[in-house]
Formats: sequence, structure tokens, C-alpha cells
Amino acid sequence: MDKAWKALTGLGHETAETVEIGPYRIVERFDVALASLAVRRGQDKGFQAAAKKLGVPLPGAARHEAGKVFSAFWTTPEMWLVEADFATHEDIVSALKPGFAETASITEQTDAWVRFDVSGAGLVALFERLTNLDLATLPDGFASRTVIEHLGVYLIRHSATLVTLYGPRSSAQGLLHALEVTVKSVL
Amino acid sequence: MSQSNRISGGQIDRSKTFRFTFDGHTYTGHPGDTLASALLANGVRLMGRSFKYHRPRGPISAGSEEPNALVHLRSGARQEPNTRATVAELFDGLEATSQNAWPSLKLDAMAINDRLNSFFTAGFYYKTFMWPAAFWEKVYEPIIRRAAGLGALSKEEDPDEYDKGFLHCDLLVIGAGPAGLMAALTAGRAGARVVLADEDFRMGGRLNAETHEVGGQAGADWAAGVVAELAAMSNVRLMTRTTIVGAFDHGIYSAVERVSDHLAVPMAGKPRQTLWRIYSKRAILAGGATERPIAFENNDRPGIMLAGALRAYANRWGVAAGDRVAVFTNNDDGLRTAKDLQAKGVDVAAVIDSREGGDLLPGIRHLQGTQVIDSSGGLGLKSVTVRLANGKTETISCTALGVSGGWNPNVNITSHHRSRPEWREDIAAFVPGTGGPAGLTAAGAANGALSTHGALLTGQAQAIAALTDLGLTAKAANLPKAEDAPIAISPLWYVHEGKGRAWIDQQNDVTVKDVKLAHKENFTSVEHLKRYTTLGMATDQGKTGNVLGIAVMAELTGQSIPATGTTIYRPPYTPVAMGTLAGRSRGKEFKPFRLTPSHKWAAEQGAIFVEVGNWLRTQWVPKPGETTWRESVDREVLATRRLVGICDVTTLGKIDIQGTDAGAFLDKVYANTFSTLAVGKCRYGLMLREDGMVFDDGTTARMGEHEFVMTTTTANAVTVFRHLEYCRQCLWPDMDVQIISTTEAWAQFSVAGPNARKLLQKIVDQDISDAAFPYMGAGNITVQGLRGRLFRISFSGELAYEIAVPTRYGDAMIRKLMEAGAEFDAIVYGTEALGVMRIEKGHVAGGELNGQSTALNMGLGKMVSKKKDSIGMVLSQREGMNQPDGYRLVGVKPVDPKATISAGSHFMEIGAPVELASDGGWLTSKVYSPHLGSDIALGYLKAGDQKIGRRMRAVNFLTKTDTEVEIVSPHFFDPEGERLRG
Repeated sequence: MDKAWKALTGLGHETAETVEIGPYRIVERFDVALASLAVRRGQDKGFQAAAKKLGVPLPGAARHEAGKVFSAFWTTPEMWLVEADFATHEDIVSALKPGFAETASITEQTDAWVRFDVSGAGLVALFERLTNLDLATLPDGFASRTVIEHLGVYLIRHSATLVTLYGPRSSAQGLLHALEVTVKSVL
Repeated sequence: MSQSNRISGGQIDRSKTFRFTFDGHTYTGHPGDTLASALLANGVRLMGRSFKYHRPRGPISAGSEEPNALVHLRSGARQEPNTRATVAELFDGLEATSQNAWPSLKLDAMAINDRLNSFFTAGFYYKTFMWPAAFWEKVYEPIIRRAAGLGALSKEEDPDEYDKGFLHCDLLVIGAGPAGLMAALTAGRAGARVVLADEDFRMGGRLNAETHEVGGQAGADWAAGVVAELAAMSNVRLMTRTTIVGAFDHGIYSAVERVSDHLAVPMAGKPRQTLWRIYSKRAILAGGATERPIAFENNDRPGIMLAGALRAYANRWGVAAGDRVAVFTNNDDGLRTAKDLQAKGVDVAAVIDSREGGDLLPGIRHLQGTQVIDSSGGLGLKSVTVRLANGKTETISCTALGVSGGWNPNVNITSHHRSRPEWREDIAAFVPGTGGPAGLTAAGAANGALSTHGALLTGQAQAIAALTDLGLTAKAANLPKAEDAPIAISPLWYVHEGKGRAWIDQQNDVTVKDVKLAHKENFTSVEHLKRYTTLGMATDQGKTGNVLGIAVMAELTGQSIPATGTTIYRPPYTPVAMGTLAGRSRGKEFKPFRLTPSHKWAAEQGAIFVEVGNWLRTQWVPKPGETTWRESVDREVLATRRLVGICDVTTLGKIDIQGTDAGAFLDKVYANTFSTLAVGKCRYGLMLREDGMVFDDGTTARMGEHEFVMTTTTANAVTVFRHLEYCRQCLWPDMDVQIISTTEAWAQFSVAGPNARKLLQKIVDQDISDAAFPYMGAGNITVQGLRGRLFRISFSGELAYEIAVPTRYGDAMIRKLMEAGAEFDAIVYGTEALGVMRIEKGHVAGGELNGQSTALNMGLGKMVSKKKDSIGMVLSQREGMNQPDGYRLVGVKPVDPKATISAGSHFMEIGAPVELASDGGWLTSKVYSPHLGSDIALGYLKAGDQKIGRRMRAVNFLTKTDTEVEIVSPHFFDPEGERLRG
């Protein structure tokens, strides 16, 4: 984007924030573009073909799948959130729409969410105080909607030491506060 | 005072000494002590006063079942009432005070109640204080509540934090006594995910309190070895200081972990307690058993306690509760107390055994066929009177008496789903019945296996069974050798001799006499017995008294004990602090702010914010020299109407609706038609509930053939989205409609006023002239190269637009708008000015969208299309909702422009009496209009559309105002809409 447009992160700063407490590292990610992608009724065949051509993964229920340009995670039947690099895909809808045409409903979601990548050893101890998901037994690539301190969030387990959270952007500070106080509670 | 009653042994760390206070006196104890054990070690038996009679009381137990030794723990804001001294872990600096006593524990003035006990029998408050009836609430009840009760709240805000969490396991083991440890060990070795929780700070259960050997070593040492093995297993989670307080559906249990209660103050950042929700596939209750007393006259003196507790204090804590002790028992377990205490060198005066025959204890005066019939001692036991087998009485001097009436399995949690326990004659106790929580079984003493061997055996067996159920394989290991002696009980519930009071439920001061009175007055059902006498209520929930009370009632009715039955045990198993249930859900942690995209900028301008739901919105932005909010708001309104004003409207709900059926879908959810809306246009929509009442309103724009953007009110953003999801998924699943919220994705600003177009045209890349972008136009635009959206809609009645850019650029957008608007003297207006302008224009909002108003009420009846079916359309045609004299939205202004109208006033005709029958409707919204120079209001008035021009009164009973008003059109400002179309 034109330099005339100065962006602020969900936490209200010009640059993304990183918080380190003990072994935990909470990184605000400001470099990911997001769009919802939903199949239009009766358009499965064309939709699948377009996804294949564009390289948009369509993982199954409760799964995240990384791709070369686009990654995606399942949110509800026949609907995904597609991730891409913000620097190259800021207008992610324009990048997807021509390929999917009328087979899909696509909506920009980039700034609907604040993203925190939470990493470190002992994530289970942290997240068992935040969500009822059983992080210890969930496979890598697991993705699900859940609730953290009354906030609806998406949780993606990339590995035993890295979890991504997408929470409502307007509640970015509240979500970070929940993470910070819980980290202190665990330590 | 030194620890005069401290004896050798025990599991306390004598290398360290803690100092603590009780009622201001300083004492010492050791790590491993409880407050009760430490006080007893210091010779303190008197720890509280009873609930009703203010009788002096000491601890009768050494566990969570304690009814008597309740204290205030800590002081100031951290003071916690009703803390059981028997489970309060001692720490250095602990501060405790007695409760329910004045002026002191030893000299309690309210002990007069004990003298007046004949007035305070069961149900006394149902029989007395009846006249005059009006005195009950204001006079009698406050006096009774002051005279009786438990601890007091500090009335200060709790300074501690509380956490919550979620655990998952294959097997939850409740209790870490021999049965629980064996179950956990079996499952842990099999590789199952195990959670082992115990309310004590040391695992081992009764093994810590007994001298039994297990596997050739001291029971406590065996337990410690098992705990060490379990601790080394990554699949096993050991949770001490954790009480399972409730069983819920689908294998879910709630647990309270006392994270910091053993510390004076929680460590920085650490919660005081954590409430865990445990998701288990299977659970084993191994919660042990609770000993019960035998009721006899004056059986409540400090020093009289349960025999197992007397033994526990000696074995685990190295405390002799008295220098000369006696034991009163009806079973063999009581004999262990005498043996253990004698082995510890304590003077055992006698064992009063109600049973006849059998072996006599060697070296101890074992009196068979005898009963304790009374006791003496003012503030503590001095002697007991015994009816000997030969009929004579004997007074035996002693300062502690251990009483054992048998053991009640702790079946509580198995009954949390209403399963009734079953009676087992051989142990004279209730055991878990069938129909308990699915997946829960019981082992050990909790299931009636009262020997150590029985506990180990059943713990292992239940674990194997549970794992087998789950498809896991568990091996039966060789059980360690342990005692397996039968309890050999001959039930004795109460001593029939004597006319005095014999306590059954010490916490509620319920006596055998009370049960007899309840029986006499026909309250014989256990449920009635409980309510009439208060048996089993309060903090201990009758853990020591319930079965005793049932047994007495059974004897009186001639029914068996199982036929008499039990009341229902409900969660929580032990008391839970309200703060623990709340967790972090309090204050701003419960309602964290949501911030708008322009928040940072607004804060820099010194904006005043208002909470709208969780959102913080700009209410107004004061300028230098403005001393009242009205000055600021009036200025913002006038400046907007004269020049241009900007308002952050991001908080309004935004929903993307796409799909080939999107238009048809909107026709169904909106009362008016949307399928005919042209691409690039927007329309005001009215959404009804099924019952025909207005649900929400907003504008919806058609951005493409199959793409709509709906806006909702801020308040209903979530509920409308949820409603649409319900419609899409459940009502019309065959429609091709996809929806997603974009409320947070776009920063949206209203730009309103005569200069709105000029301002926007400076930054919008496309032509937005009236011809190119007419009223109610909508479309995708670019703003200095940035993708955006523009809607020509107006809430203020002015020429107005709403412009949206991706949220991350919202801060930049407000700065650009202000910069571009500088030449037009653009201002930012807040929600107050927004409210003023919408009322001037006659738009409905929260006050009118009250959930009980129809479109017709709002003057929008024609919007409900009869040409198509939509939610609420049919029921909106109900006759009662379409009467000509029904409520109609009207405008209101005072006849005297200087007069004020009070919000919430009711309409009444001039000259009509001020009474309900005169009520003609009410004012829904009221503001001061700087444009009109007077108060104005909107309201619902019966047949209001027929009363335009009439003078009425606005009467407010609360503010005691009565203002003459004129009923006018709700459109105070530009009723023809020329400005917004300009």
C-alpha cells in the first residue's frame, strides 16, 4: 500500500508487538492476509478445480494446511479461512476471486482478526487454562474455533511448541491480557 | 504457650517452626500441621461457638467433614469466614480468629441461648415471631440472623486472582488413599492418562493417619513410594490440595485446586485457587469414608471427637488431643485408637465399648457392654459418665474422648445425578447405589471396602475394569500385604439414657430431641426432617450427622434405615468460594473493552468515551473552554448541520451476505423487499421477530448481483448474525447463501453535513457527485489508492456518507478526514450528538427498538410487505397489534421551550388524574435540540398519529415532574428530506 496509508496493528501500534515471559513468546502477526472462502451451492466441482489451480489447500474438518502461496484452515462445513502473505496479497479477495469466479463466496477478513503466535515449551500448561481443547492430544495441523475468556477465537496447533490464535481485532488488548495473566499464572 | 500436647512421631517437619495467632494469641506449629493440629498441640481445644446455642466447640474431626472448628482465616480483605481449621494448612504468620462469639470465645454473651434452649427447638421460627406479621422482615429476622450464624464477610474487595482450567484424562481418580493410589498406579502403569486428585496436601489418605503396614512397610511410606512412582509417569497428573466438588454430565467433574491457600499471600501472578473442569472418560471415586459419632448427652464438648480423628492427630501430627483419653466405640475400628494412643505413651483411661463379648484389649481398661451417658466440662471435656454393664455408673476423668459409631462411605459424588445410595447391613452404612454418573465407579472405603486390603483390591479392580471399558489393557499387579480386619460393628446410633440434649448435627445444633420433635409433629420424611430441623445443612452438609439423624428417625417410625432413605447430595462436595466460581470473570476482565479504529486518535483529542456494550465509543470531544458536556454536544450538532461532522460508526454490525439466493434470503429475513434492489444501491431494512415485533433495523447495500452488505445496530450485531445463521442453516438449508461477519474488518466513518461531499471528494478517487453517486448509492471505491467502500446513507438527516477502509488504516483514515476537512472546519462528533441528530430526524434506535414494538408502532407499518413471506409478517397482522388506538411514534416538545422534559415520562391528558388509568404512553428518547432550542423527545402514544398538534402532559413519577407538551411529528428536522438528498 501507498506509504500515505500508515497501518496500525490490532494492539494499536505501528509495528507488531512481541511479548516474552519466561519460556513463552507471544508474537503479534501483522503480515498475514485473510479471506473467507465458501463453496456456492452446487458448484463443488468448479470450486475444487479452482482451488487446485490456485494452490489453495482445502483441509478437512478441524484442520489447517499450509501451501506455497496460500494456506487455509477449515472453519465450518464448506467454508475456510485462507491465509497469504500480506505484503504480496494485501487485496487477497482480488487474488482469489478471478480464479473461483461464481463458484465461491469470498470475503476479506484480514483486519477482522488479530493474530498471535504463541510459542514455547509447555504450551499445554498454558492452554489448559485458556481453552477446553485438549492441546496435548491434538495433532499438528489441528484448527478449531474455541473460546478464550469469552472471546471467540480460532486456534491452530502447528506443533507442540507453536500455536496460532486468531481473535477479534477490537479485543486485541483483552486477548493479549488474557494470555499474559495466564502465562504468569503458569510460571 | 508451648506445644504441650505435642508427642513423638508424625509427618511434620520439626526442624522448622511457624508462628501463628488465634484470637490474638501467638502459638507455634510446624510445616505439615493444620491449624487444628497446631492448636491442639498447644493445648487449645476451644475453637468455636455453635450456630444456635453458642455452645463451646472444638474440632471433632481431622478432615473436610468438620462441623465445629470454623474460623476466620487471615484478616482484612483476605479474611475468609467458615474456614475449617482441620484442613487449613499452617503457614508462618497465619492469622485466625474465632467467629460467632462476643465479646470473646471463652466468654460469649450469646451463650444465654443455651440456657434458653427450650425456646429454640426445631422449627421454633416457624412457630414464634408470627405476630405481628409485619415484624418478621424488619425486626425478628435481623435479630435472629445476628444471634445465630457462622462467619462474617470482610466486605472488602477480594484482592486475589482466581483461575480456571480444563483437563482431559482417560481416568480420573478421586482421592489418593490406598484405593485411589492403587487405581492410579494400575492405570498409570497401563499407559492411561490419569488425573489423581486429593483434597489433602499430602497424598495417602488414611494411610498417613494409621499405623498399618502395607507391603511390609509403614502405610505412609508405601503411599509416598507410590506417589513417587506416579510422579515419574508423564501420563499421570497428581493434584494435591484439589477437591473434586461436583459430577456433571458426560464425565465432566469440577475440581477446586487450592493453589496458594497454604501461603500467607499468593505469589505474584499466581491465583489463589483454580477451578478445573475435568473431562474424563472414566472416573473412580476413592474418596474414603467419614466416621460418625454416637449421640449421647452433652456429646459436643471440646475434647470429644471422632476416634479416627483422635488417632490421626496422634499418628500424623504427633498431637495428643488430651493428656488422658478415653474411647467410646461400637466397632473394632474404635479400638485402634486406644491401641495407637497407648503405644504413643498417652494415658488411655478406658475404652467404653457398647458391644458385649469378644476379646478384651490387652493392657487397656476395656469396658464391654457399656455406654457413655453424659460428660462434664465447661469449655472443655473433664470427664465422662459411663453406664457400666452392671447397671452402675462411673465417672471417668479424661480430657479427650474418641467416639466411633462406624464409618460412612463418602458416597456424595455418586449421588450428584440423583442416584440414591444403598444400605449395607454388615457395615451399617450406605454405599453407592446404581444409576450414578455414567462412567463413575467407586472403590475402597467409598464403596464400603473398609479394610486396607479391601481398598487396594477394589482400587486395582476398578481401574482394570475402567481401562478395559476403554479398550486399554491393564495388568493386575501383586497386591502388597495389608490388614483386612472386619469392622465388626454393632450399630448404636444414640444413647437412650438421659433427658438432656444429645447432638446429632453439631454444625446446626440439631439434637436427638429435635428429631423426636420433628417425628412428633409428623415431619418424618427425610426431606421434611432436613428442612424442619436444618439437619445436614450449612458448610459441612451433614457429613457427620446425616446418617445419624436418619437412623434416629427410622427408629422412631419403626421403619428400616434404607426405607427411611436419604436426602440428595448435590455439588459442591465441600464449600467453594464465590471468587473461585467467578475465576477471572470479574470487572474489566469479564468485559474487556473493544476499541474502535479511531480510538487512538480520539484519545489524543481528549475524547470522552462511553461504554456501548464492550465497545468504547467517543461520546463527545470537548474543546478548550467548554465546561459542560452540553456545550460540546451542542457545538458538535450545530457544526455538523452547518458544516461537516465525522463519526466513527465501525461498531455497527456488518455482515457480508453472498450467494445466488442472497436476495431471496434477504426478502425472507427482512420485512421489506431486497431482491429488487439494484446493484450499487442500498436500502433501509426492517427485521422482525417471528412474533411480529421489530427485531432490528439497518441499511443493506447490494455490492454485486450476488453480494450484499448488511448493517445492523451496534447492540444487535451478534444476535442478528446468529439469527441469520439460524435461518440459513435450519430454516432454509437449501438456499445458496453464505454469510460472514465483517464488523471488525472495516473501519467505517460517517461523514455528514453540507460539506460532506466536498470533503470526501478530496480523498475519494472516483466521482461522487450527486449524479454519479446519488442518495442511497453504494459501491466499492478507492481512497487515495486504498480499497474502500462508500455508502450514501444518512442517520443525521444531513447530506451524508459512510466510508469504509480496512481496519488497520482506520487511524490513518480519521487523520486524513480531519486533514481534508480542515478547510471546512470539520469536527468529530460522538454518540451524544449522534443521538441528538437522529431524534431531530425521527429515526428509531434503542429506546424505540425495545423488543415490544411493532413496525406499525414505529410508523413504519407500510414497510412490512404483504407481497412476500418474511419472518414475522404473518404474526404482525394480529388484530390486537393493529388497532387504530395502538401506540404510535410521535414527536414531543414542551409548550414552553425553556421547560425540560423528563426522559421516561408518561403521557397524560391535561386535567386527567395522575394515575395508571390515565397513562397514554411514554417517552422513549429525549434530548436537547440546539437546532430547535428546546428539549425534544420521541415517544409511543396511544393513537398518537391522530393526536398531532394536541397538548398533553409528560408526567414522571420518579423525577416528580409534570410538563405541558405538544404532540408533533417525529420528524423535527427537514421532514421532506431535502438536505440528505442534496
